[in-house]
Amino acid sequence: MIEVKELNVHIKGNHILKNVNVTLPEKQITCIIGPSGCGKSTLLRTLNRLIDTTEGVKLEGKVLVNGQDILSSDADVTDLRRKIGLVSQRPCPLPMSIFDNVAYGCRINKMFNKRRQLVYQVQKNLKAVGLYDEIRGRIRTPAARLSIGQQQRLCLARSLAVEPDYILADEATSALDPISAKTVEDLFVSLKEQYSIIMVTHTLRQALRIADHVVFMYLGEIIEQGPAEQVFHNPKEELTQKYLAGAFS
Amino acid sequence: MVRLYKTDNMQKTRIIKDKTAQAVMFALTLISILMVVVMFVGLYLKSAPVLEERSLWRLLTSSEWRPMKGEFGFLPFIASTLWVTFVAILIALPISLLTAVFLTEYAKSYVKKFVFPALDILAALPSVIYGVWGVLVIVPWISKHVAPYFMDFSTGYTVLAAGIVLGVMVIPILVSLFIEVFSSVSMELRESSLALGATRWQTTKKVLFRRTYPGIIAATVLAISRAMGETIAVLMVCGCVIGIPNNFLDPCYPIPALIANNYGEMLSMPMYEAALMFAALILFFVVLVFNLISRIVLYRLEKRLGS
Repeated sequence: MIEVKELNVHIKGNHILKNVNVTLPEKQITCIIGPSGCGKSTLLRTLNRLIDTTEGVKLEGKVLVNGQDILSSDADVTDLRRKIGLVSQRPCPLPMSIFDNVAYGCRINKMFNKRRQLVYQVQKNLKAVGLYDEIRGRIRTPAARLSIGQQQRLCLARSLAVEPDYILADEATSALDPISAKTVEDLFVSLKEQYSIIMVTHTLRQALRIADHVVFMYLGEIIEQGPAEQVFHNPKEELTQKYLAGAFS
Repeated sequence: MVRLYKTDNMQKTRIIKDKTAQAVMFALTLISILMVVVMFVGLYLKSAPVLEERSLWRLLTSSEWRPMKGEFGFLPFIASTLWVTFVAILIALPISLLTAVFLTEYAKSYVKKFVFPALDILAALPSVIYGVWGVLVIVPWISKHVAPYFMDFSTGYTVLAAGIVLGVMVIPILVSLFIEVFSSVSMELRESSLALGATRWQTTKKVLFRRTYPGIIAATVLAISRAMGETIAVLMVCGCVIGIPNNFLDPCYPIPALIANNYGEMLSMPMYEAALMFAALILFFVVLVFNLISRIVLYRLEKRLGS
């Protein structure tokens, strides 16, 4: 379980996240929704400390992942990132072969001693995202030659290969064609039994389709959070009602 | 041709201006390319007398240099040029590469704010200043502290001195080229690696270098070409002794130094002049061939990378 407590994020003097308190349940799909610029991505990037790469960032508060504060100075950031996978908006294959892309994380984390185990892990995860049959015989060719949709599934396979507990997805389907988007979306649904998935999404309809838990953000604040059923059909806050009704986006 | 719409006068002048600009820019481009050809032909014609008298093979492989007797063997100068360039790149490449990595991957923005102008100043320093620094600092240092480990006595005017001075000169250029190359890599790619639990150094080695090595090679070739032609600073510290250097503590005499040193006195001897022009032609040719080879290598690499 991830618990965010009193999180404040400032970037170059701008107050991006304001007193954020969120609980993200396990083995479910949590969708973070809200209009652009409301801090969804910043929140997501704080969860795996990728926010550290941003210039001039100041973090306050606590983010507890399995009870440990990942914002404390003695947190092992690389280990944290291994446990929390990320699928970004645009697929970003590493400049190497398909096989090496999936093997990359296992290799840098020294997960396996035997090559046989590594090969098995790569195959298993390529199968999990439905790529294995599509790219059979091309596994040693550069990943950049895959289609965008395939690349995104490769990126997912790459994240899964390091055996994370959580998967963060930052609008992971928005750059894809409708069919690829559907495939990736279905994949997330099928993966929620094994992983806790936290998705930032722009399309309300996607959230309606797949969310189990919903967090609604507006201007850096959490307006409402709860089970999808409740937030979508019986929102407590007026702002949420307006957003769901399409009054702003 | 079918006119889809009427062009009024204003639109016509607009198009004429566009066409004129294109033509002018094309002409200017052509001129700069022609300059290279003209220089090559000029050097060739000027060096024709010595080429008629001696075989090309002889000129390139002989070590005999007796201008008074009409003996011109360029091997010592070619070997010196290669030696000095090699030592310079050996020093400059790792330093520049790691500096650029530090500045793009690790340094905070306020560090960059201080370092970038400093690098620009270093790059803009006249080469004679590097030469003076070499004579005052590097040469005595080699003579007193390096050479004694290897031989009885050295003046310090050596391949090593020339290589160090040249290497230091090349560093700022290489660093800014590398920074350019590394900045072309998207933040997202780095983050893909970091998000899998890689450290920044792992990301640098396995993603950044792999992504940019054609660029790294191209930048290095550019620096090598620049280093081969550098004259004054090298001339001041190389010793200017004719002979093939056997190690990095031998004095040497690279081609640019040969030309610069003898330019004044050559006028009285037509053959000498032709020989020096031929030296320039060799330098021209070496740099050209070097660039061509690297182009071919880069083309192959990029094809293999598949993007």
